[in-house]
Amino acid sequence: MTRTQLAGGMYLTCLPAKKFKTSLLSAQFVVPLRWETASANALISAILRRGTVTCPDMGALSARLDKLYGARIDVTVRKKGESQCVGFVASLIDDSFAPGGERLLEPTATLLGELICSPVTRDGLFLEDYFENEKTNLIDAIRSILNDKRSYADSRLLQEMCTGEPYGIPRLGNEQITAALHPQLLFEGYRHLIASSRLEIFYSGSAEHARVEAALRSALAELPRAAVEPPPELTPHVLPEEPRFLTERLDVSQGKLGMGFSCGSEDTAALLVGNTLFGGSSNSKLFLNVREKLSLCYYASSLYHRQKGLITVSSGIEFEHYQQACDEIRAQLAAVQEGRLEDWELEAAKSTLLNAYSSMGDSQGKLENFYLGQAATGRNESPEELAAQVREVTLERILQAMSTVKLDTVYFLQGKEAEE
Amino acid sequence: MNPVFYESIGETVYCGTLPNGLEIRVVPKPGYAKKYAFFATRYGGMDTRFQLSGQWLDTPAGIAHYLEHKMFDTKEGNALQELAKNGAEPNAFTSNAMTGYYFDSTDHFEENLNILLSFVSVPWFTEESVAKEQGIIAQEIRMIEDNPDWQIYVRMLRALYRDSTARISIAGTVESISHITADTLYDCHRAFYTPSNMILTAVGDLDPVQVADLARRVLPAEGGPAIPRDYGQEPEAVAQRETRLAMEVSSPQFLTGFKCRPVPEGEGQLRAIVLGDIACDLLFGDSSPLYQRLYSQGLINSSFGGEFELMPGAAYLYAGGESKDPKAVAAEIQKEADRLVREGVGEDFFQRTLRANFGSNLRGLNSFENIAVSLTEGYFGGYDPLRFPQIFDSLTQEDVLAFLRDNVTAERSVLSEIVPKEA
Repeated sequence: MTRTQLAGGMYLTCLPAKKFKTSLLSAQFVVPLRWETASANALISAILRRGTVTCPDMGALSARLDKLYGARIDVTVRKKGESQCVGFVASLIDDSFAPGGERLLEPTATLLGELICSPVTRDGLFLEDYFENEKTNLIDAIRSILNDKRSYADSRLLQEMCTGEPYGIPRLGNEQITAALHPQLLFEGYRHLIASSRLEIFYSGSAEHARVEAALRSALAELPRAAVEPPPELTPHVLPEEPRFLTERLDVSQGKLGMGFSCGSEDTAALLVGNTLFGGSSNSKLFLNVREKLSLCYYASSLYHRQKGLITVSSGIEFEHYQQACDEIRAQLAAVQEGRLEDWELEAAKSTLLNAYSSMGDSQGKLENFYLGQAATGRNESPEELAAQVREVTLERILQAMSTVKLDTVYFLQGKEAEE
Repeated sequence: MNPVFYESIGETVYCGTLPNGLEIRVVPKPGYAKKYAFFATRYGGMDTRFQLSGQWLDTPAGIAHYLEHKMFDTKEGNALQELAKNGAEPNAFTSNAMTGYYFDSTDHFEENLNILLSFVSVPWFTEESVAKEQGIIAQEIRMIEDNPDWQIYVRMLRALYRDSTARISIAGTVESISHITADTLYDCHRAFYTPSNMILTAVGDLDPVQVADLARRVLPAEGGPAIPRDYGQEPEAVAQRETRLAMEVSSPQFLTGFKCRPVPEGEGQLRAIVLGDIACDLLFGDSSPLYQRLYSQGLINSSFGGEFELMPGAAYLYAGGESKDPKAVAAEIQKEADRLVREGVGEDFFQRTLRANFGSNLRGLNSFENIAVSLTEGYFGGYDPLRFPQIFDSLTQEDVLAFLRDNVTAERSVLSEIVPKEA
């Protein structure tokens, strides 16, 4: 891996690899996650993908991409810690497989640069059609989270648990703020975004660093660079005095249970292993007990939010099993906290994590997502270094770290027919 | 194990057949840390009626999927945990026509492969363990019932097919699975989990001979008889023109499906798949004039898409997504197909669509799972999926237009809609 600074606040991370059929090129603006700007940034990236000065509509853009053997350039909007990352991820077949022996990296980088720096405009604004069209699409996308009840419940839990903290803000912002976005202000927001935010670029593929750097320097030569905002300090999570319990009703046939816990320890490696023991794999306490032993659910798993020091549990259950499931999940956390583990469990949890770290280099998408997360949260360990940290974790450290895990918020999505 | 080289896409596949009838494919991937194994039987959600020892058996909907869940139980405990102890990521899925078990791991590959082959070939259930799974699978069914994407798809299949078992939901219903017993599961295992009905695919930095040797040591020495199956007598006409369901969703969603002519097993299936994909791209793909027009008019958004699918005795093409006016979009798709058949496709658009589709097939070869599933489907369907570049070379515009003319017609179409529940 090599990392270089191309300009003020603009970095290139190169992950050379010859084994893939494709190359991946990603350009991501990393900005503080805020209600005021989250929806605007999402809308800006969607509008930019609609057309450039040289390819002003979808037809012209698609024709250009098709000729690059179906290169793809996707809009991405992600939340990493309390940062929002917006931009484009391009995937193109590696030059070595181009039937005509063409170079594909340079023209793809050029198009990526045009999408960022040279949008099609009229009277100094984005085209009105594109603005209105994408605004409607963004509102639809924000609303459509309701369609996947598991994601909906997971997202509602985080919003409730982190009210008033940036971590509670959904990656696309919300509907009301989107509806109020104004063409003039949005264009100003665009100019500010590309000039004053950190730009993280990733490349994975067969090209040498020097070639990638030259291609991007040329593609982004027009990118304005002003003083770049420093990354925000993480807002510490405030644990309520008593756990909060919330219920919401929708017309569904399965209940969705979300439980949020706050972690008081800074020992992230120990919490990572502790969470894997608790609910992070198909070998975990939650899987083996809530699912396999009690047959209460099809899925019950936990996620450790490393950047924010939270653990969230997600499960789908019969409405009337709410109390039993809550009690069992808390009992399984207590089992981990008290070290009630069989010999193999610790070894298995570590193996699961180590397998994930050592196979990360086999997926360009996972690598990009991992290094973006690291860059956005100001960390620089490689997957190998994180694996080494996991290997060193002792049972004592796990018990210590997990003893600081406290129930914070419980969210339950239940059906409309259910009795009070 | 004999190597087959595919020069233009940079792959080699070692192929072999064991004396017990098991097919083996090994795809070496030097430079990768991950090693992947996929062990599949030609038995899926569609195979509810079949002949075993001279008797026709009718089994409950969802039984292949139920069996998949129960196969992880072993005399000693549970194979999922055995594999996970080695850091492997095991899982399984049941589709309409196959059940596949797999894992990936960076260490202990041989040991993990041994576990995989053993637990899939040796059934171990009791009435009690079978009963216990009811609760878990019932929750899986409840989960997918709340999922609009699943509802809209299954309801489209039920509209397309009157008699074919393609219309059966793979997981069954909470009611149908309540009839499943340990005895029926043993019967199904005996019928379909014989080496001669299965294929093992391994992908990674592996030695093909070692993989084959291990399979020979672990699996039964003999295969089983071929099992006749009954997929139903499907008429050419669709079962139902329209179907609509109200759910707790944010906006209307739809799929329009076209019942295509089934394609017999053999190399013709690969040609049909490539042809069907290209037809989809030309008709409503991201680069098509229709997509751009509907998107600009706000009638579709980026959720829109579709594809061509083959199943035993069934083939269909579908497209859909969120839309404020599903009927208008379905009508536009039909109109565009008619226009293409009448006016043809510009040669430039046709050529660049082939190019883009080639790139997307090549991209698929980054995924070990995708390689293994494609090779398995190809083996069951009687074709070699990695010969796609040759198919591209032989396709003409006339082939695609003939496909559209024969299949994308008003009589063959159905519309499945999900609408938001009134508050």
